[in-house]
Amino acid sequence: MAALVEMKQITKVYPNGVVANKGVDFSVEQGEIHALVGENGAGKSTLMKILYGLEAPTHGEIWLRGRRVEIPNPHRAIELGIGMVHQNFMLVPSFTIAENIVLGSEPRKGRFIDRAQAIAVTEELSKTYGLQVDPTARIEATPVGMRQRVEILKTLYRGADLLILDEPTAVLTPQETDELFMAIRTLVNQGKTVIFITHKLVEVKEISDRVTVMRHGEVTGRVATRDVTEADIARMMVGRAVFLQIDKPPVQRGRVVAEVRNLGYVAETGRPVLRNVNFSVHAGEILGVAGVEGNGQTELVEVMTGLRPATTGEILVDGKPVQRQSPRRIRLSGVAHIPEDRLTNGVALDATIAENLVVDRYNRPPFTQRGVLSPQVIRKHAETLMQQFDIRAAGPDALMRSLSGGNMQKVIVAREFSAEPVLLIAAQPTRGVDIGATEFVHTQLVTKRNEGKAVLLVSADLAEVMSLADRIAVMYKGEIVAILDNGPELTEEEIGLYMLGVRRQEVVTKAA
Amino acid sequence: MSLEVVLQSIFSAAFIATVIRVATPLILPAMGGLLSDLGGVINIALEGIMLAAAFTGVIVSGFAPQWFPGAPAWSYPWLGALAGVLVGMAMGWLIAFFHLELKTDIILTGLAMNILASGATVFLMFSFTGDKGSTSTLASARLPSLQIPFVNNVPVLGTLLNGENGTGYNIMSYLAFALVAVIWIFLYRTPAGAHLRATGEMPDAAQSVGIDIRRVRYQALVASGFCAALGGLYLSMGYLSIFQANMTAGRGFIALAVIFLGNRNPIGALIAALIFGTASALGTRLGTMAIPPQFVEMIPPAVTIAALIIYNIRRRARINAAARRFQEQTAP
Repeated sequence: MAALVEMKQITKVYPNGVVANKGVDFSVEQGEIHALVGENGAGKSTLMKILYGLEAPTHGEIWLRGRRVEIPNPHRAIELGIGMVHQNFMLVPSFTIAENIVLGSEPRKGRFIDRAQAIAVTEELSKTYGLQVDPTARIEATPVGMRQRVEILKTLYRGADLLILDEPTAVLTPQETDELFMAIRTLVNQGKTVIFITHKLVEVKEISDRVTVMRHGEVTGRVATRDVTEADIARMMVGRAVFLQIDKPPVQRGRVVAEVRNLGYVAETGRPVLRNVNFSVHAGEILGVAGVEGNGQTELVEVMTGLRPATTGEILVDGKPVQRQSPRRIRLSGVAHIPEDRLTNGVALDATIAENLVVDRYNRPPFTQRGVLSPQVIRKHAETLMQQFDIRAAGPDALMRSLSGGNMQKVIVAREFSAEPVLLIAAQPTRGVDIGATEFVHTQLVTKRNEGKAVLLVSADLAEVMSLADRIAVMYKGEIVAILDNGPELTEEEIGLYMLGVRRQEVVTKAA
Repeated sequence: MSLEVVLQSIFSAAFIATVIRVATPLILPAMGGLLSDLGGVINIALEGIMLAAAFTGVIVSGFAPQWFPGAPAWSYPWLGALAGVLVGMAMGWLIAFFHLELKTDIILTGLAMNILASGATVFLMFSFTGDKGSTSTLASARLPSLQIPFVNNVPVLGTLLNGENGTGYNIMSYLAFALVAVIWIFLYRTPAGAHLRATGEMPDAAQSVGIDIRRVRYQALVASGFCAALGGLYLSMGYLSIFQANMTAGRGFIALAVIFLGNRNPIGALIAALIFGTASALGTRLGTMAIPPQFVEMIPPAVTIAALIIYNIRRRARINAAARRFQEQTAP
């Protein structure tokens, strides 16, 4: 097989001095599925952005089909038959699927868009590659899985032979992932080549022919997938052995700490987002919330932590109602919150680590004495927590903005855990965090549970929920459709059926 | 004048003619503002652009006999209009340049343009005519009106189609309505229109498919300058035939309100502009009664506020209705 793409000695240094790629050699053969794996910040996205013309390399050459090419912009990449499906979908919400697919290269009838032709082309592509879409549906009304198919069709419409998929399964249910894998195999059978960026090792094993592993901007492994195990790949990614399994003692369920009764939430737009949500979290357990993103998990957490007002129902923490109270009041009732959107709700980017560590307690002694802040106490507090939670930074006065995603998350974890909560709500606590920090957060969550705290863990990563939670609540269209006991007999597929709304437990809506 | 007479005058063809005349300088800038807003670059300098164009049109048409000695007299208003439109487009381009190249805040840039236009027009008016209030000493030209033949003898239709005097509406009024249709077709039927809307709604998506969003935004702002300039020219070369200091009197800002009340679509904006036009025309009619003029002047802004309140009440009602339905569903 001939190399379709060869990237030689690619180096990328950003203006701020960060070296994202150091002399990277990367090659993909015609007709293969090539997995590109690595931790966050390993440089895989940068490498692909260079290939797609979104970033210019500082050094290095790109060869395509045996010829040297320059790719100064995505337009050129498209001309060369390279297509990229981004992690955040690049779709216009108010446009229809057909309009999105042809955007930028519309079929024309005179001066006008040939709308019939746009729909016909969409249907034809959809049939050829087995990617089902409804051409006249608006993007804002379509599920995530379909949006992804639209993105793939978009690249195919533009004549892509090489498709770069950037973490395509991050937002999919197991069933949707299976469908995607089937579609990828169809594409390859029809002569396309696929680069698959991921950090889920199971997927690497399942779908790819070859794998390139990156760490700290360098390639640390380039192997045929069948020759290696998941553990081998993990070692190449982090440079040491990783515990993929989490050990935790059997659950010791205590009293009910938090109880949610008939909770409902209607969004500003009038759309009901949460319906009749009932569950309770006990001391000493982790209740996981699984579901495809956008089924109300975000709103559930925001309603419980006071960021949005509940429309109906009650939330009790230690028997006291807290619904529709301010975030501060809710915190004072013993609720801690690791928010999903770290950069917006988790930290103040332009404040220091020390400041971020006291934002929930600066107004109480010992941080404030007679109405005046005590800088020494705040600094000391930060030093202690930084050591305890292994936060790597220049010092307590380092700006939050200068930290990596993993260290930023550790600051939040340090603040929330040290608040001594009775209920800890963790939303997507390891998103965008590297394996090392992920392990750390997982261990900390289990420790809190073992100490007898109640933990509510919301995560789009089903593997994470399944490895940590004692019970799993599944959300679908704003409802909890099942609460399952987690154990070895519970499979991803079974949870997937609930996530897709195919199955539901009838009892959950009544039982608390 | 009695109330009866006023009511009679409101429910008449002449009143509709007035509404059209008053709405014209709202529709034109609203169409311009709509283009830039949909492109993701809101142009709050519509007011300043209108003012600058209104002034330029009057000065150039008034001085045309001196500046362009060979030009025939019929060309004076057109030379003025051309100059006005060019000034409007140049201001749109300048906003784009500041915002897109020099990365200034688009609101502050627009604000600066408004202040600049307000001061510069008075300063230049004084330099050219020696007067700071208006250009009444200058014999400036008027853009022609179009009279539809044969209908003047038909009682109601004549007034409706050709205005109270039967002389027809100004060419800018026709242009305003035509522009609504053209912009609708442009936005929803042409590739360039789709690119504009995509650029405003999801710039990353537009960029990722090879649309040059910077160029689209330049074009949108220049086009908005063009449309706003037409609105300004109508004021000084159609509605009146002089330039007065700050004669736009907030119409550029009302045009912005019109865009949002019209739900950011050309037909909606047209309807909203006609509602505002009706309110102003009503104000003028009531001004002839023994009602304090201050009160009459309050009508257009009051209608704006009322429209916004109604819009929000309806939105809240929709949310509450959804919440109620939902409570009923989930009640045990």
